[in-house]
Amino acid sequence: MLPPQCTQVASISIRTLRKRVAEDPDFLFSYIDEVYSVIEKYEHRLRAYITLRPKSEVVEEAERLLKSKEIGPLGGALVAIKDNISTKGIRTTCGSKMLESYVPPYDATVVSKIKESGGIIIGKTNMDEFAMGSTTENSAFYPTLNPWDYGRVPGGSSGGSAVAVAACEATVALGSDTGGSIRLPAAYTGTVGIKPTYGLVSRYGLIAYGSSLDQIGPIARYVEDAAVVLDVISGHDPRDSTSLRVRTGYFRDYVVDYPLKNYRVAVIEEMVSEGVDRGVMKVFSKLLEKLEGRGLTVEFKRMPLLQYSLPTYYIIAMAEASSNLARYDGLKYGVRLEVEGKLWTDVYRKARMLGFGDEVKRRILIGTYVLSEGLYEGYYLKAAKVRRLLYEEFTKLFKVYDLAISLTSPILPPRVGEVISDPIKLYSLDINTVPINLAGLPALSVPGGFVEGLPVGIQVFGPPLSEGYILNLARVIEVIRDE
Amino acid sequence: MNNDVMIGLEVHAQITYLRTKLFCGCSSNYRENPPNTNVCPVCLGLPGSLPVLNKAALEKAIALSLALNCKISDKLLFVRKHYFYPDLPKNYQISQYDRYGLTPIAVNGEVTIEVDNKVKTIRIRRINIEEDTGRIVYPERSVLGSKYALIDYNRAGVALLEIVTEPDFRSPREARVFLDKLGSILEHLEITDTSLEGALRADANVSVNGGSRIEIKNIGSPKDLEKALNYEIARQLNIIKSGGTIERETRHWIKEKGITVASRVKELEGEYRYFPDPDLPPIPISKGLIELISKSLPELPDSRARRIAKEYGVSDYVASVLVLHKKLCDHFEHSSKVCGNPKLISSLLVNDLLRWVDEAGIPLAVGINRLNTDRLCKLVHYFSNGLISIKLLKDYVRQVVLEDINPEELVSRGLTTIGEEEEIEKVVDDVFKENPKAVSDAIKDPKAINFLVGQVMRKTKGRADPKLVNEIIRRRLAEYGLK
Repeated sequence: MLPPQCTQVASISIRTLRKRVAEDPDFLFSYIDEVYSVIEKYEHRLRAYITLRPKSEVVEEAERLLKSKEIGPLGGALVAIKDNISTKGIRTTCGSKMLESYVPPYDATVVSKIKESGGIIIGKTNMDEFAMGSTTENSAFYPTLNPWDYGRVPGGSSGGSAVAVAACEATVALGSDTGGSIRLPAAYTGTVGIKPTYGLVSRYGLIAYGSSLDQIGPIARYVEDAAVVLDVISGHDPRDSTSLRVRTGYFRDYVVDYPLKNYRVAVIEEMVSEGVDRGVMKVFSKLLEKLEGRGLTVEFKRMPLLQYSLPTYYIIAMAEASSNLARYDGLKYGVRLEVEGKLWTDVYRKARMLGFGDEVKRRILIGTYVLSEGLYEGYYLKAAKVRRLLYEEFTKLFKVYDLAISLTSPILPPRVGEVISDPIKLYSLDINTVPINLAGLPALSVPGGFVEGLPVGIQVFGPPLSEGYILNLARVIEVIRDE
Repeated sequence: MNNDVMIGLEVHAQITYLRTKLFCGCSSNYRENPPNTNVCPVCLGLPGSLPVLNKAALEKAIALSLALNCKISDKLLFVRKHYFYPDLPKNYQISQYDRYGLTPIAVNGEVTIEVDNKVKTIRIRRINIEEDTGRIVYPERSVLGSKYALIDYNRAGVALLEIVTEPDFRSPREARVFLDKLGSILEHLEITDTSLEGALRADANVSVNGGSRIEIKNIGSPKDLEKALNYEIARQLNIIKSGGTIERETRHWIKEKGITVASRVKELEGEYRYFPDPDLPPIPISKGLIELISKSLPELPDSRARRIAKEYGVSDYVASVLVLHKKLCDHFEHSSKVCGNPKLISSLLVNDLLRWVDEAGIPLAVGINRLNTDRLCKLVHYFSNGLISIKLLKDYVRQVVLEDINPEELVSRGLTTIGEEEEIEKVVDDVFKENPKAVSDAIKDPKAINFLVGQVMRKTKGRADPKLVNEIIRRRLAEYGLK
């Protein structure tokens, strides 16, 4: 299930990398060579990175790592980081002109954890500006292309991270998911992407889009790699007040080839009916049959409330975005303008006019509107109520079922330019992913098969903190899909 | 004031007794740092940073809520209040709000004040916990004439309590008495050191004869509050008298000039787009916590005044003045215990110390430091031993407070009471020789004796004991009369 850019060495798993490095430390340098040669060959077409670190720097870090007492669970893995996650001393643009020159003075908690666990940051990946978009065409710099078909988008907004991993330009990557931004590109590039339970992974250092929806998660070529990274990055962080106080670090143990129990799995009809591509549906049905063959119970359930999830999601996400993005005024960092003798209001106006792209402006405007005096109750407050109801519906569902399964996206990756000009069409790509964020649930996208040479993503999700079981079922799917 | 005046206050009290800012680890004592050095990613609002509540601020807020007899919320909810301004790093302020099912920390309190021997109840509408802004510094001290402005974020994020009253004040005097009392309560609760520049600030709403409400901002002390209100009421009455009408507006108090001026920028009303801060989940406030704080509340000014009047035998008035300044009151109690004579000490503190620090513009703490317990005891000792007269005692206090001189030094300059009768008799004889007419007047009319006493006091530069002078003059007059 690897695209043509990958080589055998460049595509190894973390487990293999650690094993080979344990046998022969110099293997790490061969591996770095191999990944950089893939980058040299294909990056100019794919454009997964905004900032790629020079190989010399990465080699130096590898040398340092090999000298340290412990090589850590990531074992020298080359980790690509989405460019909305703060990296000390490495430019963090958020895919925007506004932050083109911004270099954070601190590391996000997840970045510190990656570094402490033997991961080497290889670069910062392309994304839709401020994570607003589902195709990575919305980057202020350039679009990222799909390694399976250069004529298609890789999904977004974490498209750069997904492509870097899929095309073997990195071992694993971190993305962020507000309404599907990890799972959608994972589905369109044939990789594994996890949106963890809200609060499982610290958001400290993640440049906020929709704070109550955002979660950082791993993107990997293999379910096991995703679990290893999730073990590293999850856990309570006193710097994030929304961080959960739960024990983590056991996810890797759930990645076994057989179901750990006879899961009762729900399929929500609304997620696999309207607008589903016929080929995509075929892959899904075949997979359900195979799961039943493994002794799992699969049942179809209705959840009519889901019809409100897209508008609910966009009201909440845009409202929060309009607030989170207020700080970008060109005064303290980012866009620099001549200020002396000018009114501050004119400086702000100009900075925001030049610094933000159209989609960002659209969402700030809509977000500002729904929070306005007199409209707040009809939009934001109502959306918050629907969100609560949705959470209750899912809670009821998961009293009966262990997990649920759906398509990550009802369609194959769109062609470049196909949806970008039509906001409604663009927003609809997230139809199956946004309810998960609204309810704060964990979800994972795993490749379930191919249609016309393009990957089809299967979304597995469950009640809060069910990542272990989700990873287990995803691993089972990984095993049975080719049988 | 015969006119129908309505005044309401919005007081901002910094929690200066907290070690750190409201949402980060930076010091809350920003006053000694060079500009923009007491900052971190959180209080600068850098992308990706997140606020974490300083729990001690909650405890202080609960203490104040109890002291002001408020109803305390069962949960702590933070909102974002949006407006663009260069001193606001995130372009929103983390604050609290009382609509849309949201609630501030406390509502519906009351405080009694006593003005002209009448006790009056002032209603407290609400108390908010919020973060302070940065400071804008103009090179020419004012926005007028300055080509640019400098911003210092050292203050940004310092914890503030906002106390909003109902428009219950009918005169500037009442408002001042309230603010004095509130300041004393804040001191006693160890919330605010009100002597620090900018630690206690007030905005006042004032309307005259049912006219439009004018908001006066930027008032830095109870004294200035009274001045600003007097000025503003006179200004409004003048406009009304000359046939004009009062338009609703925001004005700024210019302390140096003693006037209020209209804000150049129209402030937006109501478009703050409040919504719950998704970075700060609600924190439950348990009854147990409130009870615990309630039990450990220190003695508050009202009960302290009652105790002091009883325990030290000073008048209710003197006690009420003493408790207005916690440090002064502490000084009084300590010094009375050390050197006795509380009535005299209270008089020297209330009548003399307060007068001189006020006239000279010396901070009270400095005045107390100069007139410390040691010096106060010595002075009281000199007086009770008859070394100095009451007049001289008061004069010494003035010099100690204004010039920071040791009482021993004053004594060594020879400025003690003339104890020797003969010495006084000599001066009396001189005066009698120089004023024969006054002497014959005094023989006829005993009331005329005061002139002679005055002359003697002048000649001795006030060093003589007036009682003794009086006695000697009467004796001499009697002798003259016989002649």
